[in-house]
Amino acid sequence: MKILVVDDEADVQPLFLQRFRKEIKNHEVEFDFAQSGEEALNYLKDKHSEVVLILSDINMPGMSGIELLTHIREDFPTPPPPVVMMITAYGDDENYKQAMDKGADDFLTKPLDFNLLKEKLKTL
Amino acid sequence: MFVFTYIAVFALAMRLRRSLKFTALYQKWNLPLNLIGWGAVAMFLLFAKAVKNDEIHGIAAALALAGVLYYLQNQPDFKSFGILLKAHYPLVAVAVTVELISLIDESFYDKYDDFFQSAYFVAFGYIFIRLATSKKQQAELKRINERKDELELMVAERTAEITKQRNALQETVKELQATQAQLIQQEKLASLGELTAGIAHEIQNPLNFVNNFSEVSMELIEEMEEEMAKGDLEEATAIANDIKQNLEKIRHHGKRADGIVKGMLQHSRASSNIKEPANLNTIADEYFRLAYHGLRAKDKSFNADLVTNFDQSLPLINIVSQDVGRVLLNMFTNAFYAVHQKQKTLGPDFKPRVEVATRVIGKQVEIIVRDNGSGIPDAIKDKIMQPFFTTKPAGEGTGLGLSLSYDIIVKAHKGSINIDSKEGEGTAFIITLPLA
Repeated sequence: MKILVVDDEADVQPLFLQRFRKEIKNHEVEFDFAQSGEEALNYLKDKHSEVVLILSDINMPGMSGIELLTHIREDFPTPPPPVVMMITAYGDDENYKQAMDKGADDFLTKPLDFNLLKEKLKTL
Repeated sequence: MFVFTYIAVFALAMRLRRSLKFTALYQKWNLPLNLIGWGAVAMFLLFAKAVKNDEIHGIAAALALAGVLYYLQNQPDFKSFGILLKAHYPLVAVAVTVELISLIDESFYDKYDDFFQSAYFVAFGYIFIRLATSKKQQAELKRINERKDELELMVAERTAEITKQRNALQETVKELQATQAQLIQQEKLASLGELTAGIAHEIQNPLNFVNNFSEVSMELIEEMEEEMAKGDLEEATAIANDIKQNLEKIRHHGKRADGIVKGMLQHSRASSNIKEPANLNTIADEYFRLAYHGLRAKDKSFNADLVTNFDQSLPLINIVSQDVGRVLLNMFTNAFYAVHQKQKTLGPDFKPRVEVATRVIGKQVEIIVRDNGSGIPDAIKDKIMQPFFTTKPAGEGTGLGLSLSYDIIVKAHKGSINIDSKEGEGTAFIITLPLA
């Protein structure tokens, strides 16, 4: 299962790789990373069919996670559409509503609860 | 003729008495002056009987007059009567001379007696002529003196008034200075308030990393122990290496949070005014992010393209970094505000963009903060640097941001602030700071 993580913080990458160390080793999941909405869209152009799950930060300079979500839903509607989970430090209702309105499948708040995330992955 | 001498003494005494009549000196001099006046009359009567020689009597009278004049002139109380007293000198001189001539050569005297008598007259008359003119002069002098007193009084009054005003002004200046200091502090706190959300966000991120990396490291240690138990040393070493990297990351993010808190404290603290070498790119970047997240936290719908174009060859420059940081924060906040306002009116088609760039030009450093916001209308361009001028709704802006920025950049750092703005298209603030 290929997962794309979009976050402007570079250290998110080793964190995910270590948190999912066992799963990666057992080839249960595979990670790719993008540091901005623009980069993510570029990546998806070629590989949208491979990506099952997109985890995106909302609060990024330039294209926000919400904009990225809108683009994903508009540009890649071919079934099956990727599952998109939004991640944000601002876990308020307004943010949640906005993300859900734009077609997010789930909404996670920082700091990320990796155990919860793993549980969610199992249901995919 | 010597009767004139007596008349002169009598008249002088009476005149002085009259002059002093309504003054404090009257009490003191009434009796002595009466004695002199009536003494002269008494002397005349006495000498007329006792002294047969008229010339001797005349000289005695003249000497009496001289004595009276000498006495009076030595009294400080009669200082202002100098002219009157001196007017009697000719009479003394004429009396003595004429009587002496008459005494020495009576025939000579008799031959010219008309002339000598006229001399007496003239000398006697001179007293009154002199007196008349001196009276006029005295009246004039008195008038001048009164006027002088009046003027001095006015001057004193004015001086007192001016002194009072000056003191009041000094008080006002002191109050204004205190108010200014207070306003600066308020502006700092206000901008800190704007930062709080940004700071919270900026601290939350590193803290999340600290928590996450330490948690994952604990898991890794367990795994490492398992691998060691299995005897797979190679894998155990690989895990140990990961743990080491994680600890490095924990330290990095801990320091990052530390730096943000330090910066925040520095921002609100009173300025030290000490210029120290600083990296403008770092300062600009830090405040750029803080300002952005600050606004983001307030309004979730807001988003902007953050563009940084830093000249990496920028040398360290001597600045009061917390002050320059405040200026930059103010410029960024303004830029984000401008693009946000435009976004509100134009909707999603508008792509807000804020750029910060640094570059070296000759012996100066330029920092450009450019936005594609609403721009500054020409009508208010020259007002925006004035204290308390703000276009923001009441309560949202202190109107001190740019005015303080001007003080910091232009007055304290000998730099300049230039504005390039087109209404509807955007604004660029160009800050120039001298390199050395």
